[in-house]
Amino acid sequence: MRYSALSIIKNGLTGNKGWKPVWREPDPKQHYDIVIVGGGGHGLATAHYLSKKYGVTNVAVLEKGWLGSGNIGRNTTIVRSNYLLDGNQPFYEHSMKLWEGLETDLNYNVMMSQRGILNLAHSDAQRDAFARRGNAMLMSGADAELLDIDAVRDMVPFLNFDNARFPIKGGLLQRRAGTARHDAVAWGYARSADSHGVDIIQNCEVTGFTIHDGKCTGVQTTRGTISANKVGVCVAGSSSMVMAKAGMRLPIESHVLQAFVSEGLKPTIPGVVTFGAGHLYISQSDKGGLVFGGDIDGYNSYAQRGNLPVIEHVAEDMMALMPFLGRARLLRMWGGVMDMSMDGSPIIDKTHIDGLYFNGGWCYGGFKATPASGDAYAHLLATDRPHETATQYHLDRFARGAMIDEKGAGAQPNLH
Amino acid sequence: MIIHHPLLGPRDASEFVHLGDATLLSRPDWQADDAIAQFHEYLYQRENPAGEYRELWYHEQGDRSWLIITRNTLTHEISSVELARDVARKGSAS
Amino acid sequence: MTQINRLSGGKINRDKPCTFTFNGKILQGYQGDTLASALLANGINLVGRSFKYHRPRGIFSAGSEEPNALVQLRQAASNEPNTRATVTELYDGLYATSQNHRGPLNFDLMAATDLLSPFLGAGFYYKTFMWPRAFWEKLYEPIIRASAGLGKLSGEEDPDIYDKGFLHCDLLIIGAGPAGLAAARVAAHAGAQVIIADEDFLLGGRLNSERHEIDGIPADQWASETLAQLQEFGNVRILPRTTVLGAFDHGIYSALERKTDHQLHSNGKPRQVLWRIYSKRAILASGATERSIAFPNNDRPGIMLAGAVRSYAKRYGVAAGKQISIFTNNHSGWQIAQDLVDQGVKITAIVDTRDIPPPATFSGVAIMMGTQVVNTTGRKALRSITLSNGHVIQTDCLAVAGGWSPNVHLTCHQRGRPEWRNDIAAFVPSKSRPVGMSVVGAANGDLTLGAAIKSAHQTTNAVLKSIGFQTKRTQPPRAIDEAFAITPFWHVANQKHRAWVDLQNDVTTKDIKLSQTEGFHAVEHLKRYTTLGMATDQGKTSNVLGLAVMAEMLGKPIPETGTTIFRPPYTPVAMGALGGRARDKNYAPIRKTPSHQWASEQNAVFVETGNWLRAQWYPKLGETHWRESVDREVLATRKSVGICDVTTLGKIDIQGTDAAAFLNFIYANPFLKVPVGKVRYGLMLREDGICYDDGTTARLGENHFVMTTTTANAVLVYRRMEFARQCLCPEMDVHLISTTDAWAQYAIAGPNSRALLAKIVDNQDLSNEVFPFMACGEITICNGIPARLFRISFSGELAYELAVPTRYGDSLIRALMAEGQEFDATPYGTEALSVMRIEKGHVVGNEINGTTTALNLGMGGMVSQKKDSIGATLSQREVLINDNVVRLVGLQPVDKSHALQAGAHFLELGSKPTTQNDLGWMTSVAHSPTFGHSIGLGFVKNGHMRHGDIIRAWDGIRGRDIPVKIVSPHMYDPEGAIQRG
Repeated sequence: MRYSALSIIKNGLTGNKGWKPVWREPDPKQHYDIVIVGGGGHGLATAHYLSKKYGVTNVAVLEKGWLGSGNIGRNTTIVRSNYLLDGNQPFYEHSMKLWEGLETDLNYNVMMSQRGILNLAHSDAQRDAFARRGNAMLMSGADAELLDIDAVRDMVPFLNFDNARFPIKGGLLQRRAGTARHDAVAWGYARSADSHGVDIIQNCEVTGFTIHDGKCTGVQTTRGTISANKVGVCVAGSSSMVMAKAGMRLPIESHVLQAFVSEGLKPTIPGVVTFGAGHLYISQSDKGGLVFGGDIDGYNSYAQRGNLPVIEHVAEDMMALMPFLGRARLLRMWGGVMDMSMDGSPIIDKTHIDGLYFNGGWCYGGFKATPASGDAYAHLLATDRPHETATQYHLDRFARGAMIDEKGAGAQPNLH
Repeated sequence: MIIHHPLLGPRDASEFVHLGDATLLSRPDWQADDAIAQFHEYLYQRENPAGEYRELWYHEQGDRSWLIITRNTLTHEISSVELARDVARKGSAS
Repeated sequence: MTQINRLSGGKINRDKPCTFTFNGKILQGYQGDTLASALLANGINLVGRSFKYHRPRGIFSAGSEEPNALVQLRQAASNEPNTRATVTELYDGLYATSQNHRGPLNFDLMAATDLLSPFLGAGFYYKTFMWPRAFWEKLYEPIIRASAGLGKLSGEEDPDIYDKGFLHCDLLIIGAGPAGLAAARVAAHAGAQVIIADEDFLLGGRLNSERHEIDGIPADQWASETLAQLQEFGNVRILPRTTVLGAFDHGIYSALERKTDHQLHSNGKPRQVLWRIYSKRAILASGATERSIAFPNNDRPGIMLAGAVRSYAKRYGVAAGKQISIFTNNHSGWQIAQDLVDQGVKITAIVDTRDIPPPATFSGVAIMMGTQVVNTTGRKALRSITLSNGHVIQTDCLAVAGGWSPNVHLTCHQRGRPEWRNDIAAFVPSKSRPVGMSVVGAANGDLTLGAAIKSAHQTTNAVLKSIGFQTKRTQPPRAIDEAFAITPFWHVANQKHRAWVDLQNDVTTKDIKLSQTEGFHAVEHLKRYTTLGMATDQGKTSNVLGLAVMAEMLGKPIPETGTTIFRPPYTPVAMGALGGRARDKNYAPIRKTPSHQWASEQNAVFVETGNWLRAQWYPKLGETHWRESVDREVLATRKSVGICDVTTLGKIDIQGTDAAAFLNFIYANPFLKVPVGKVRYGLMLREDGICYDDGTTARLGENHFVMTTTTANAVLVYRRMEFARQCLCPEMDVHLISTTDAWAQYAIAGPNSRALLAKIVDNQDLSNEVFPFMACGEITICNGIPARLFRISFSGELAYELAVPTRYGDSLIRALMAEGQEFDATPYGTEALSVMRIEKGHVVGNEINGTTTALNLGMGGMVSQKKDSIGATLSQREVLINDNVVRLVGLQPVDKSHALQAGAHFLELGSKPTTQNDLGWMTSVAHSPTFGHSIGLGFVKNGHMRHGDIIRAWDGIRGRDIPVKIVSPHMYDPEGAIQRG
């Protein structure tokens, strides 16, 4: 059913009895053209673009738990296209453009809110690096502005300007950046894909791949064997464990990233702000909670929870930057498992096994990539060619020396 | 987390820096014919297990020992801590 | 104003009256009250508004689970939003206001949203506000945001200070109710180091709110006597007002102690202390929380948890109403009735959903079994309830006893899932809980007093034994097991009226129904779609109820429906407390160089370089712009002699018979054959073949080297060298020690540097023949001070670096400046340092940025393929050795009046600024006083073959676009004659 203000009024007047399930709960068929393993944001987005844009509708999305139960439901909801390298920036800008039309595309309000992201610079070198990055953004067709200290002060006067250990020297602003309601993104994509005939099958864990003579022809699941012309794995957080079932090792480690939300507060922070002398990103949700995060804990983990040092460090960063938040209370914290890749950039590629495709390695930047990742993966699955904005995300780039290393940290996942 | 340092006893994990898989001890032969391929495997490709994992930590805020810790990545339970140098000398990194 | 609802009795101090202000009204209470009990005593129960519909909200509970009674506490910068009145200790002068309303609390203009509730059900916003597109940001969202949130921050810097501390114990006991106290008694006698923490200011938990006997004395008396005994033990630390927030790995717990929150002023003392507690074992004795029943219009002020009504009567001496009625599905409702009657509170009716014979009778109290409350009236205060049998009962307080949920929260902090117990209709901790944690008492489902104490006693004995303590064979304190017979009853089905599940977020059974209709069948979907349990109470009173309602709608048993788990922290915690002292200038430690004091005396301007503060330039009287100072410093150095503190460079001392072989492995270029007394430039790669640091290493002896690293990478290089030493070269005889802080080091550069040095060195021939470029030696200066001298040059001048033990650093800079007077010796800062290195074409972190190769930097030939070294192999991967890559070049503006900008990208003349046309970027720029114009370094695709070409430096983000000429990066003295001179 189509959503609109009218549908809400009509249903409101008739006791809200007319609403229909947002998605079906089908049993798996024996065969699909394409099976997507993983019903998270990227998997559901892939299903949406496959069915709507590339015309492939005989598709199943297999999800081990409930749809959207991975990092799409655990992140700090930031959407931005402010990358430096030519392997990344055009892709993320493509994603931004998809975000900008997503409500219309999905007929679902994912509450994409372009309130801007401001990256603060605390040294001349950092400001110069932001200038280089901002110019790269402009060259990709994105928007970017370099703010001097006065412009930063005008925009976010509540920061610690006068007594900071690392004084603010300026900032890189992307006005089109912002936040979106994370769960709604999963639900919106799921609803759309379902409406195009995609079977979204929850509580269905893939236990193995059917591989003969170097060709993948399907999957074994907790709900039976399913054959497929192509299998697209899209399970960030569990990539290594799933691909191990196909005998593959990946340039990926799993790490825990914690995220935090405060009690609901009247609006106090307009957009997203990041601290350049530490590691903090913070925004305020439409419900009033401050949503923030910092670095990964730094050790490999599948435990979906973190430890105190990072929690306290994030709070220190917050108090250093915004001492007026001292009496705001942390309400809840949680952890998500990140596919930390060896250069900090993702992988969207075929594998050496015919018919088996891989999408993962999103580190902790996967949320903003959701639309473009879905589109690019759908493109690859449908045409066997990489999408024009995702031509460098190859599995073999490490063997060839074509890393996409935004931070320059090298082959150590916990530094990205 | 608490790491039971073989020489110094229990220490808070925040004194340490985490590097990665203990297989980093097994550095390939630079003169092998397929040295680049071997080094690629060594540096980039990971088991990344959910469960028991042997990994390298460095006691940066302490005695600057590199340690090999066996830790469960699902529970964070630590079952053994060894000095990496001892392991490296034995030549049994995995 | 009198306290119209104050009873006799209670654990308040009537000798200590407290005057406080709520919404401008001046009121009275007593020490020992909470803000909530004092408000109730004064007959005030309308204290707030709900989040979504702005429905009137009253006090619901008597503890930290409170969803409704959230206030703004204190004023101005000390204002604290969302503060639960139910745990706010009353003090004289307390000031509080209600929150989340427009206009007065009584006439909240936002209450109109309640009328629109048919259109504002769960998830309505996902279905609308989509057209026209631009309206979302411009119109709809601003309206939504304007009504976001509950309380309001002051916007001013938090005036309080916060501390952090570390505690160690054998046994951490969380909760000081009957079970916690029983556990502490056992552990205290066994001699274990015990910490017992409780969030309340009065310890004893339920014993202060209920009527029981333990060991033959009143239970509250038993509690205070037990506490007094515990205080006598040196091995027991009692922490009242301390909430254990979270359970982390390996027995580490985080706890918040409120030090001055119960006082008007903190008087300069820390407001709160965040403890990190290291425990061998922990006992969770956190009790249980009562829950409500979802019946129509169950959210009115005056409808409260039954246990809270009892608490207010017994502990605080306050009647929550004049005519109290009780709605229960279990026996505890009847006990509460008894306790209330004993306390002198008037009961009007008892309504029990169970169709059983009444467990008790009370004179003058209407008793109705097998009956439900089906509606209520009273907008800002409860007036009446309507029952399923048609009766209407006038009542101003309805005490709801819906059963008890064990406080399993901390058992979930490591993602343990509780399990359902049918007999008590509650989730209890399962085996999947943090290692080392045991659960006792009501928290473990032992809801009756005798059982709670007994389980605590036994479990504590077993826990102590497991960590090696001898426990005495003692009997647990004796108490009876009161009746608790629950017949689960969750919600009253009703099509017309809303029945609230989550009071703060306004989630009703209709929302749960809608989410089920729409297919949100997973518990997490329910939670996320309806916002159930996402309020400031994390669903302490609503989660189980919501889940049970959902299970009923799905027709599934609760265990099959699932459960959500609780996250840290147990109750919300101030960011200031988590941040501690790391604020403002104390955010990070400050490292000062040995010349800092002297530089301060010269009015140097300092710059943060990591944690170091370095002199950036030294302004002279009359200089009005930093460029004047920097230009002068550069020209003075190039003309005569300049001095710069370079102590911040990392220094690593390397010794051992394999030291040379080790360095040969660490550096990409050969190091085996460096002669003693010589310095060599070295390039370090990561194992992936990318450059990450460079520096010079001096061979002071056959088996002794001294390395310098960049300031930024000092820690990282040392770490990686230790990795190579311990893990990759374990058989080598080599030892490393960081000596960055041990040596003060100065660069002395310029044509007169030799002459200046000659004045202070003892017996060292500085001539080119004896001490040529790249020579080094251990010498003495100023009559016997040990020193190291290196003839190296970052500036391109005839230059030296002189190191002395740090304690002589201050003296040395003073001596150099004094002796240098005749040469007009000039101190220079990091800016002049940078100008001269750009003129000379030396690279720093701007160029060695973690993505550039030796080939990019023009040093491809340095990476030896004739030896094994870190990164040598992978530096030869196909893409990395491709010729068609960016190369380091120098840049000069075609129009010499133009200033270059770092961060500009390079384009061919006439090409469009697109990603495809990008040729590279400008890494470093400076105004060169030597050349009289702006210069830069940068990377240009194939730039090494393009010296002399003109390209554009496009800096769109700053609106600039200028032609530049590509030149050699080595602009100053490219042949190096000067530095060798």
